[in-house]
Amino acid sequence: MKAGNKPRTLFEKVWDKHLVVPETAEVPAVLYIDLHLIHEVTSPQAFSVLRRAGLRIRRPDLTLATTDHSIPTIRDIAAERSTAALAAARQVSALQDNCKEFGIELYDVGNERQGIVHVIGPELGATQPGKTVVCGDSHTSTHGAFGALAFGIGTTEVGHVLATQCLLQRRPKTMAISTSGRLAAGVSAKDLILAIIGKIGVGGGTGFVLEYRGDAVSALSMEARMTVCNMSIEAGARAGMIAPDDTTFDYLAGRPMAPSGKQWERSLKNWRRLVSDQDARYDREFSLDVSSLAPMITYGTNPGMVMPIDGSVPLLNGDPALRKALDYMRLSPGERLLDKRVDVVFLGSCTNGRLSDLREAAAVMRGQRLADGVRMLAVPGSQAVKKAAEAEGLDKVFIEAGAEWREAGCSMCIAMNGDQVGEGQYAVSTSNRNFEGRQGPGSRTFLASPVTAAAAALTGRVTDPRRLVS
Amino acid sequence: MQSIKTIRSRTVVLPYADVDTDQIIPARFLTTTSREGLGEHAFSDWRFDAEGKSRSEFVLNQPGAQGCQVLVAGHNFGCGSSREHAPWALLDFGFRAIISTEIADIFRSNALKNGLLPVVVDKDTHLWLLDNPGVEVEIDLQQTTLKLPNGARVGFPVDAFARVCLLKGVDAMGYLLSKQDEIVNFERVRA
Repeated sequence: MKAGNKPRTLFEKVWDKHLVVPETAEVPAVLYIDLHLIHEVTSPQAFSVLRRAGLRIRRPDLTLATTDHSIPTIRDIAAERSTAALAAARQVSALQDNCKEFGIELYDVGNERQGIVHVIGPELGATQPGKTVVCGDSHTSTHGAFGALAFGIGTTEVGHVLATQCLLQRRPKTMAISTSGRLAAGVSAKDLILAIIGKIGVGGGTGFVLEYRGDAVSALSMEARMTVCNMSIEAGARAGMIAPDDTTFDYLAGRPMAPSGKQWERSLKNWRRLVSDQDARYDREFSLDVSSLAPMITYGTNPGMVMPIDGSVPLLNGDPALRKALDYMRLSPGERLLDKRVDVVFLGSCTNGRLSDLREAAAVMRGQRLADGVRMLAVPGSQAVKKAAEAEGLDKVFIEAGAEWREAGCSMCIAMNGDQVGEGQYAVSTSNRNFEGRQGPGSRTFLASPVTAAAAALTGRVTDPRRLVS
Repeated sequence: MQSIKTIRSRTVVLPYADVDTDQIIPARFLTTTSREGLGEHAFSDWRFDAEGKSRSEFVLNQPGAQGCQVLVAGHNFGCGSSREHAPWALLDFGFRAIISTEIADIFRSNALKNGLLPVVVDKDTHLWLLDNPGVEVEIDLQQTTLKLPNGARVGFPVDAFARVCLLKGVDAMGYLLSKQDEIVNFERVRA
């Protein structure tokens, strides 16, 4: 234990190790960044700034690029000629040019490593315990599942990292979220994080780094941990972290960018120290027994407007934001959502677009058909996820049910590429945001887990997945 | 970036809590490779209906909103996505400051880097401003005070470094580049 033997949290250990210049009252800390992920939507203006100032990229070897946000997830002429695709094509070609000029590795459409930036980082083993990871995307918090300090930044900061491999940062506060108990059948990591956001609120984590800990979190797979950390930003926290353990190390072993041989042994020794010390103090603590959690579903226009799937929409109590949300969603205070008609089901995104998510949904849907009138998109989070899913026949389960099986990308989560929910339609979506218009102008989103989405696809109604899973 | 010393303007009030960056600028307008001209899409789905017609009932479409540089917003303004297009759009629309009781973390950071001043005030001041749209206020960044129409001055917090950058109208890039030796040394020691 360093720093005068003062017990430290996981966050403090990672933070301290990356201080190039410590913060003072006058100046924020200069924090070193180990991994910078970039994509087509939030990087072009940063490259323009660099080019104008005649700056080079300090560490192209610590920078990885992919295309995900605005690219089509369908490979046909009509899709490639759509307005959305043409606009996206300009951004994609800007990224191609920038990566070529500055010597950055790019996993573009057609490359087997392409995919949603927060799916491919872990899958390649580029995301590792104790690293600082940033990206011009708020869901960078996903990578915290490995005990990395990972957070979303703006485009100006993308430029700072490109030019200096550093960021100016004030040290955030820490919040421990201690979990106990076991999730019941049909209840997943998505339900857990939605329940947490419901409790602390969409602004409850502002200024904090969350550390998820305790038995319920330790029992989760890496993919489930990523789902939890992914939505930390939906509670206002820039980052969420989970201490690495054998589950983490087993996941990373043998990945293309993970250390190997002697270096693996050395890394493992360091990674095992990345746990909060026994008496480490957090600025805030919060505990939750997960045993009684039900599948969760959102009813409003932010992820904090969430309830158990068999619950009722809350009463207004003079809350103008809730009134506005329910007006938009065309829901009434006190209404139940079970059996509410559903038009669209979206399975995918950096929250729930990994192999285990597709498996869970497919297990519910195997041998069955979508309900009449329901449209379903199943969008793998990366080309590697797509390939693995196809190897075990998951694509056939979705296609035979009548769903659309797509190429990897952000797709209907951000609806930039033409994959949209129609105006006034209701969607059950495994993505992360139910904001007004997020999935297309006038779209109405119910956020839920992959099994809840699969159940809705089969019944055409909001359905308690516990009815369908054993 | 334009430097900020004082901002004197009438306010326009958007009272809802948790206004997210997808409202400030919907994702379908993010396919640009430039940061210019995004003001026309600011609050697009609240300003315009599906046919592109102006929604006259929306506060930013009303005559009183014309020329207002100060937006008084509900708690936790700017939550959600990290898109810097949000402050770019608000600045291009004409805003220079946002007043609230809380401003979401990434949005606040992005705003500060572009000369859009986040002003976080206490609940009572905020409530009064929400209840009195259109009042003339003066924000003094040198003093970090917000002057209300009755002459009262309310302090607000701004990070010391961000304040200097805003007063001078400079980006933090220059400062980071000046730490070159420390960065090289850091890389050498940890290698």
